[in-house]
Amino acid sequence: MKPANPQSPVDLYFMDARSKLIDIAAFMDRVERDQATDDFRYQAFLKALKELENSDRATAVLRSLSDPTSELIPAATTKAACGAPPPADS
Amino acid sequence: MRYIEPHAHMVSRTTDDYVAMVTAGCKAVCEPAFWAGFDRSSSKGFYDYFRQLTEYEPARAAKFHLPHFSWLCINPKESEDIALANEVIDLIPQFLDKPNVLGIGEIGLNKNSRNEMTILERHVDLAATHKQLILVHTPHLEDKLKGTRLIVDLIKSDSRIDPSRVLIDHVEEHTVKYVMDAGMWGGITLYPESKATAPRAIDILETYGADRLWMNSACDWGVSVPLAVPYAAMEMRRRGYDDDIIDQVFYRSPVAFLRQSPNFQIDQTKP
Ligand SMILES: [Zn+2]
Repeated sequence: MKPANPQSPVDLYFMDARSKLIDIAAFMDRVERDQATDDFRYQAFLKALKELENSDRATAVLRSLSDPTSELIPAATTKAACGAPPPADS
Repeated sequence: MRYIEPHAHMVSRTTDDYVAMVTAGCKAVCEPAFWAGFDRSSSKGFYDYFRQLTEYEPARAAKFHLPHFSWLCINPKESEDIALANEVIDLIPQFLDKPNVLGIGEIGLNKNSRNEMTILERHVDLAATHKQLILVHTPHLEDKLKGTRLIVDLIKSDSRIDPSRVLIDHVEEHTVKYVMDAGMWGGITLYPESKATAPRAIDILETYGADRLWMNSACDWGVSVPLAVPYAAMEMRRRGYDDDIIDQVFYRSPVAFLRQSPNFQIDQTKP
Protein backbone atom coordinates (compact mmCIF):
# COMPACT_ATOMS: atom_id res chain seq x y z
CA MET A 1 0.00 0.00 0.00
CA LYS A 2 1.39 3.39 -1.06
CA PRO A 3 -0.10 6.90 -0.89
CA ALA A 4 -1.22 8.72 -4.03
CA ASN A 5 0.71 11.83 -2.93
CA PRO A 6 3.68 10.60 -0.87
CA GLN A 7 5.03 13.04 1.74
CA SER A 8 8.55 13.12 3.10
CA PRO A 9 8.72 11.04 6.29
CA VAL A 10 11.38 13.40 7.58
CA ASP A 11 9.12 16.40 7.03
CA LEU A 12 6.28 14.59 8.76
CA TYR A 13 8.05 12.91 11.66
CA PHE A 14 11.43 14.49 12.39
CA MET A 15 10.24 16.88 15.10
CA ASP A 16 8.25 14.13 16.83
CA ALA A 17 11.20 11.71 16.72
CA ARG A 18 13.60 14.43 17.86
CA SER A 19 11.37 15.11 20.87
CA LYS A 20 11.19 11.40 21.75
CA LEU A 21 14.94 11.01 21.36
CA ILE A 22 15.55 13.83 23.85
CA ASP A 23 13.01 12.23 26.21
CA ILE A 24 15.00 8.98 26.01
CA ALA A 25 18.24 10.85 26.72
CA ALA A 26 16.68 12.63 29.70
CA PHE A 27 15.22 9.34 30.98
CA MET A 28 18.67 7.72 30.90
CA ASP A 29 20.23 10.71 32.68
CA ARG A 30 17.49 10.53 35.33
CA VAL A 31 17.94 6.80 35.94
CA GLU A 32 21.72 7.27 36.26
CA ARG A 33 21.30 10.25 38.56
CA ASP A 34 19.01 8.23 40.81
CA GLN A 35 21.34 5.20 40.62
CA ALA A 36 18.59 2.91 39.36
CA THR A 37 20.59 1.41 36.49
CA ASP A 38 20.55 -2.10 38.02
CA ASP A 39 16.80 -2.46 37.46
CA PHE A 40 16.24 -5.36 35.03
CA ARG A 41 13.89 -3.20 32.98
CA TYR A 42 16.57 -0.58 32.49
CA GLN A 43 19.11 -3.22 31.56
CA ALA A 44 16.63 -4.59 29.00
CA PHE A 45 16.17 -1.04 27.72
CA LEU A 46 19.94 -0.62 27.20
CA LYS A 47 20.09 -3.95 25.38
CA ALA A 48 17.16 -2.97 23.14
CA LEU A 49 18.82 0.35 22.29
CA LYS A 50 21.58 -1.59 20.53
CA GLU A 51 18.97 -2.82 18.03
CA LEU A 52 18.79 0.72 16.62
CA GLU A 53 22.10 0.13 14.90
CA ASN A 54 20.61 -2.37 12.42
CA SER A 55 17.62 -2.38 10.05
CA ASP A 56 14.09 -3.54 10.86
CA ARG A 57 14.49 -1.74 14.18
CA ALA A 58 10.92 -1.72 15.48
CA THR A 59 10.67 -5.51 15.15
CA ALA A 60 14.12 -6.00 16.66
CA VAL A 61 13.43 -3.73 19.64
CA LEU A 62 10.12 -5.48 20.33
CA ARG A 63 11.78 -8.89 20.10
CA SER A 64 14.54 -7.77 22.40
CA LEU A 65 11.94 -6.79 25.02
CA SER A 66 10.04 -10.10 24.67
CA ASP A 67 10.02 -13.25 26.77
CA PRO A 68 12.34 -15.55 24.78
CA THR A 69 10.87 -18.81 26.15
CA SER A 70 8.24 -20.90 24.38
CA GLU A 71 6.80 -23.12 27.14
CA LEU A 72 3.55 -22.41 29.02
CA ILE A 73 4.20 -21.28 32.60
CA PRO A 74 2.74 -23.48 35.39
CA ALA A 75 0.39 -20.75 36.68
CA ALA A 76 -0.27 -17.04 36.29
CA THR A 77 0.62 -15.36 39.58
CA THR A 78 -0.06 -11.85 38.33
CA LYS A 79 -2.21 -10.34 35.58
CA ALA A 80 0.20 -7.56 34.69
CA ALA A 81 3.13 -7.32 32.27
CA CYS A 82 6.05 -5.00 33.00
CA GLY A 83 7.52 -4.40 29.55
CA ALA A 84 10.64 -6.57 29.80
CA PRO A 85 11.08 -10.24 30.68
CA PRO A 86 11.70 -10.50 34.44
CA PRO A 87 14.89 -12.29 35.58
CA ALA A 88 14.46 -16.07 35.74
CA ASP A 89 14.65 -16.18 39.56
CA SER A 90 11.89 -13.62 40.18
CA MET B 1 -15.54 9.62 6.16
CA ARG B 2 -17.25 6.41 7.25
CA TYR B 3 -15.55 3.86 9.50
CA ILE B 4 -16.10 0.76 11.60
CA GLU B 5 -14.88 0.60 15.20
CA PRO B 6 -14.15 -3.13 15.37
CA HIS B 7 -13.05 -3.28 19.02
CA ALA B 8 -14.41 -0.99 21.74
CA HIS B 9 -15.57 -1.68 25.29
CA MET B 10 -18.51 0.68 25.24
CA VAL B 11 -19.91 -0.49 28.58
CA SER B 12 -16.98 1.48 30.06
CA ARG B 13 -17.58 4.61 28.01
CA THR B 14 -19.93 7.55 28.28
CA THR B 15 -22.73 8.60 25.97
CA ASP B 16 -20.48 11.54 24.98
CA ASP B 17 -18.19 8.98 23.35
CA TYR B 18 -21.09 7.58 21.33
CA VAL B 19 -21.92 11.09 20.14
CA ALA B 20 -18.30 11.80 19.20
CA MET B 21 -17.89 8.48 17.35
CA VAL B 22 -21.10 8.86 15.35
CA THR B 23 -20.20 12.47 14.56
CA ALA B 24 -16.81 11.29 13.28
CA GLY B 25 -18.49 8.82 10.89
CA CYS B 26 -18.70 5.56 12.86
CA LYS B 27 -21.15 3.18 11.17
CA ALA B 28 -20.90 0.20 13.54
CA VAL B 29 -19.19 -0.65 16.83
CA CYS B 30 -18.14 -4.15 17.90
CA GLU B 31 -17.64 -4.97 21.56
CA PRO B 32 -15.72 -8.04 22.73
CA ALA B 33 -16.27 -9.42 26.22
CA PHE B 34 -13.33 -8.48 28.46
CA TRP B 35 -12.02 -8.07 31.97
CA ALA B 36 -13.89 -5.53 34.08
CA GLY B 37 -10.70 -4.32 35.81
CA PHE B 38 -11.54 -6.55 38.78
CA ASP B 39 -12.33 -10.26 39.05
CA ARG B 40 -16.01 -11.08 39.00
CA SER B 41 -16.94 -13.18 42.04
CA SER B 42 -19.12 -15.77 40.27
CA SER B 43 -20.51 -16.86 36.92
CA LYS B 44 -23.67 -14.88 37.73
CA GLY B 45 -21.64 -11.71 37.17
CA PHE B 46 -20.87 -12.96 33.66
CA TYR B 47 -24.50 -13.85 33.00
CA ASP B 48 -25.42 -10.24 33.73
CA TYR B 49 -22.50 -8.99 31.63
CA PHE B 50 -23.58 -11.10 28.64
CA ARG B 51 -27.09 -9.65 28.98
CA GLN B 52 -25.56 -6.19 29.03
CA LEU B 53 -23.56 -6.94 25.85
CA THR B 54 -26.48 -8.49 23.97
CA GLU B 55 -29.48 -6.49 25.21
CA TYR B 56 -28.74 -3.27 27.03
CA GLU B 57 -25.66 -1.92 25.22
CA PRO B 58 -27.11 -2.37 21.69
CA ALA B 59 -30.19 -0.47 22.88
CA ARG B 60 -28.00 2.32 24.30
CA ALA B 61 -26.03 2.54 21.05
CA ALA B 62 -29.25 2.57 19.02
CA LYS B 63 -30.22 5.82 20.72
CA PHE B 64 -27.27 7.31 18.82
CA HIS B 65 -28.18 5.45 15.59
CA LEU B 66 -25.11 3.24 15.91
CA PRO B 67 -25.40 -0.51 15.20
CA HIS B 68 -23.75 -2.42 18.09
CA PHE B 69 -22.36 -5.96 17.89
CA SER B 70 -20.73 -8.12 20.53
CA TRP B 71 -18.42 -11.07 21.07
CA LEU B 72 -18.75 -13.44 24.04
CA CYS B 73 -16.23 -15.30 26.22
CA ILE B 74 -14.47 -15.29 29.56
CA ASN B 75 -11.31 -13.26 29.06
CA PRO B 76 -7.89 -14.83 29.63
CA LYS B 77 -7.23 -12.65 32.70
CA GLU B 78 -9.93 -14.60 34.54
CA SER B 79 -9.27 -18.05 33.11
CA GLU B 80 -6.65 -18.99 35.70
CA ASP B 81 -9.67 -20.03 37.82
CA ILE B 82 -10.59 -23.09 35.76
CA ALA B 83 -13.79 -23.94 37.64
CA LEU B 84 -15.19 -20.43 37.20
CA ALA B 85 -14.10 -20.29 33.56
CA ASN B 86 -15.82 -23.59 32.76
CA GLU B 87 -19.04 -22.38 34.38
CA VAL B 88 -18.92 -19.20 32.30
CA ILE B 89 -18.26 -21.05 29.04
CA ASP B 90 -21.30 -23.22 29.77
CA LEU B 91 -23.40 -20.02 29.87
CA ILE B 92 -22.35 -18.82 26.42
CA PRO B 93 -24.38 -21.04 24.02
CA GLN B 94 -27.71 -19.66 25.26
CA PHE B 95 -26.56 -16.19 24.11
CA LEU B 96 -25.20 -17.19 20.68
CA ASP B 97 -28.51 -16.71 18.90
CA LYS B 98 -28.90 -13.12 20.11
CA PRO B 99 -29.09 -10.96 16.98
CA ASN B 100 -25.98 -8.85 17.69
CA VAL B 101 -23.52 -11.66 18.52
CA LEU B 102 -20.63 -12.02 16.04
CA GLY B 103 -18.69 -14.84 17.63
CA ILE B 104 -16.36 -15.92 20.43
CA GLY B 105 -13.98 -13.26 21.76
CA GLU B 106 -11.80 -11.76 22.88
CA ILE B 107 -10.26 -15.06 23.87
CA GLY B 108 -6.56 -15.81 24.06
CA LEU B 109 -3.76 -15.78 26.60
CA ASN B 110 -2.57 -13.22 29.13
CA LYS B 111 0.46 -14.62 31.01
CA ASN B 112 0.78 -17.74 28.80
CA SER B 113 -0.13 -20.18 31.59
CA ARG B 114 -1.36 -23.76 31.38
CA ASN B 115 -4.83 -22.94 32.72
CA GLU B 116 -5.20 -20.05 30.30
CA MET B 117 -4.38 -22.47 27.47
CA THR B 118 -6.90 -25.04 28.72
CA ILE B 119 -9.65 -22.42 28.66
CA LEU B 120 -8.52 -21.11 25.28
CA GLU B 121 -8.86 -24.65 23.89
CA ARG B 122 -12.42 -24.83 25.24
CA HIS B 123 -13.29 -21.52 23.61
CA VAL B 124 -11.88 -22.62 20.25
CA ASP B 125 -13.90 -25.83 20.51
CA LEU B 126 -17.01 -23.78 21.31
CA ALA B 127 -16.43 -21.61 18.24
CA ALA B 128 -15.87 -24.65 16.02
CA THR B 129 -18.93 -26.48 17.34
CA HIS B 130 -21.21 -23.47 16.86
CA LYS B 131 -19.51 -22.23 13.64
CA GLN B 132 -18.66 -18.86 15.18
CA LEU B 133 -16.06 -16.29 14.17
CA ILE B 134 -13.11 -15.95 16.55
CA LEU B 135 -11.59 -12.74 17.94
CA VAL B 136 -8.32 -13.22 19.80
CA HIS B 137 -6.65 -10.99 22.40
CA THR B 138 -2.88 -11.39 22.40
CA PRO B 139 -0.88 -10.81 25.59
CA HIS B 140 0.70 -7.54 26.62
CA LEU B 141 4.27 -6.31 26.22
CA GLU B 142 6.92 -8.95 26.95
CA ASP B 143 4.35 -11.77 26.83
CA LYS B 144 2.97 -10.92 23.37
CA LEU B 145 5.44 -12.64 21.06
CA LYS B 146 5.35 -15.97 22.87
CA GLY B 147 1.58 -15.81 23.41
CA THR B 148 0.82 -14.96 19.78
CA ARG B 149 2.78 -17.98 18.57
CA LEU B 150 1.08 -20.29 21.07
CA ILE B 151 -2.39 -19.02 20.12
CA VAL B 152 -1.87 -19.12 16.35
CA ASP B 153 -0.36 -22.61 16.56
CA LEU B 154 -3.29 -23.89 18.62
CA ILE B 155 -5.92 -22.51 16.23
CA LYS B 156 -4.00 -23.70 13.16
CA SER B 157 -3.96 -27.21 14.62
CA ASP B 158 -7.79 -27.35 14.67
CA SER B 159 -8.86 -28.37 11.16
CA ARG B 160 -12.45 -27.30 11.85
CA ILE B 161 -11.39 -23.64 11.99
CA ASP B 162 -11.01 -21.66 8.75
CA PRO B 163 -8.15 -19.21 9.45
CA SER B 164 -9.85 -16.48 7.41
CA ARG B 165 -12.59 -16.48 10.09
CA VAL B 166 -10.08 -15.70 12.86
CA LEU B 167 -8.82 -12.24 13.79
CA ILE B 168 -5.74 -11.98 15.99
CA ASP B 169 -5.87 -8.62 17.71
CA HIS B 170 -3.21 -6.29 19.14
CA VAL B 171 -0.57 -7.31 16.58
CA GLU B 172 2.64 -5.28 16.43
CA GLU B 173 5.67 -5.30 14.16
CA HIS B 174 7.12 -8.47 15.74
CA THR B 175 3.92 -10.53 15.60
CA VAL B 176 2.04 -9.41 12.49
CA LYS B 177 3.97 -11.62 10.05
CA TYR B 178 3.22 -14.79 12.03
CA VAL B 179 -0.49 -13.95 11.86
CA MET B 180 -0.46 -13.02 8.15
CA ASP B 181 1.50 -16.18 7.25
CA ALA B 182 -1.15 -18.26 9.04
CA GLY B 183 -3.87 -16.81 6.76
CA MET B 184 -5.62 -15.08 9.65
CA TRP B 185 -6.65 -11.45 10.02
CA GLY B 186 -4.78 -9.04 12.27
CA GLY B 187 -5.99 -6.13 14.37
CA ILE B 188 -3.78 -3.17 15.22
CA THR B 189 -4.73 -1.42 18.43
CA LEU B 190 -4.07 2.31 18.70
CA TYR B 191 -3.07 3.14 22.26
CA PRO B 192 -1.24 6.22 23.54
CA GLU B 193 1.54 4.25 25.32
CA SER B 194 1.44 0.53 24.62
CA LYS B 195 0.46 -1.46 21.51
CA ALA B 196 0.74 0.79 18.41
CA THR B 197 0.60 4.46 17.44
CA ALA B 198 -1.10 5.60 14.23
CA PRO B 199 2.21 6.14 12.36
CA ARG B 200 3.38 2.62 13.28
CA ALA B 201 0.02 1.14 12.31
CA ILE B 202 0.25 2.76 8.88
CA ASP B 203 3.84 1.48 8.53
CA ILE B 204 2.50 -2.03 9.14
CA LEU B 205 -0.20 -1.56 6.48
CA GLU B 206 2.42 -0.28 4.04
CA THR B 207 4.47 -3.42 4.67
CA TYR B 208 1.73 -6.07 4.73
CA GLY B 209 -1.17 -4.47 2.83
CA ALA B 210 -4.65 -3.73 4.11
CA ASP B 211 -6.41 -6.87 2.85
CA ARG B 212 -6.43 -8.66 6.22
CA LEU B 213 -5.64 -5.91 8.74
CA TRP B 214 -7.82 -3.49 10.62
CA MET B 215 -7.27 -0.76 13.20
CA ASN B 216 -9.20 -0.35 16.42
CA SER B 217 -9.19 1.88 19.50
CA ALA B 218 -9.90 -0.93 22.01
CA CYS B 219 -11.15 1.91 24.20
CA ASP B 220 -12.12 0.76 27.68
CA TRP B 221 -11.88 1.98 31.30
CA GLY B 222 -8.10 2.50 30.99
CA VAL B 223 -5.94 5.01 29.12
CA SER B 224 -7.41 4.83 25.60
CA VAL B 225 -8.92 7.10 22.95
CA PRO B 226 -12.38 6.32 21.53
CA LEU B 227 -11.64 8.38 18.40
CA ALA B 228 -8.25 6.75 17.77
CA VAL B 229 -9.52 5.15 14.53
CA PRO B 230 -10.63 8.39 12.78
CA TYR B 231 -7.45 10.05 14.11
CA ALA B 232 -5.45 7.33 12.33
CA ALA B 233 -7.42 8.11 9.15
CA MET B 234 -6.31 11.72 9.57
CA GLU B 235 -2.73 10.50 9.87
CA MET B 236 -3.14 8.58 6.61
CA ARG B 237 -4.35 11.77 4.93
CA ARG B 238 -1.23 13.58 6.20
CA ARG B 239 0.82 10.89 4.48
CA GLY B 240 -0.93 11.54 1.20
CA TYR B 241 -3.52 8.74 1.06
CA ASP B 242 -6.73 9.43 -0.83
CA ASP B 243 -10.32 8.86 0.26
CA ASP B 244 -10.66 5.55 -1.58
CA ILE B 245 -7.80 3.83 0.29
CA ILE B 246 -8.97 5.34 3.57
CA ASP B 247 -12.46 3.96 2.94
CA GLN B 248 -10.97 0.55 2.18
CA VAL B 249 -8.87 0.48 5.35
CA PHE B 250 -11.43 1.83 7.79
CA TYR B 251 -14.69 0.58 6.31
CA ARG B 252 -14.62 -1.96 3.48
CA SER B 253 -11.88 -4.11 4.97
CA PRO B 254 -13.40 -4.55 8.46
CA VAL B 255 -16.82 -5.09 6.85
CA ALA B 256 -15.32 -7.89 4.72
CA PHE B 257 -14.24 -9.77 7.85
CA LEU B 258 -17.26 -9.02 10.00
CA ARG B 259 -19.90 -9.92 7.41
CA GLN B 260 -18.68 -13.50 7.58
CA SER B 261 -21.08 -13.52 10.54
CA PRO B 262 -24.68 -13.52 9.29
CA ASN B 263 -25.53 -11.25 12.23
CA PHE B 264 -23.36 -8.40 10.93
CA GLN B 265 -26.05 -6.45 9.14
CA ILE B 266 -25.57 -2.74 8.45
CA ASP B 267 -26.93 -0.60 5.67
CA GLN B 268 -23.89 -0.34 3.41
CA THR B 269 -25.68 1.83 0.86
CA LYS B 270 -25.67 4.79 3.26
CA PRO B 271 -22.67 7.12 2.83
ZN1 LIG C 1 -10.33 -5.41 24.32
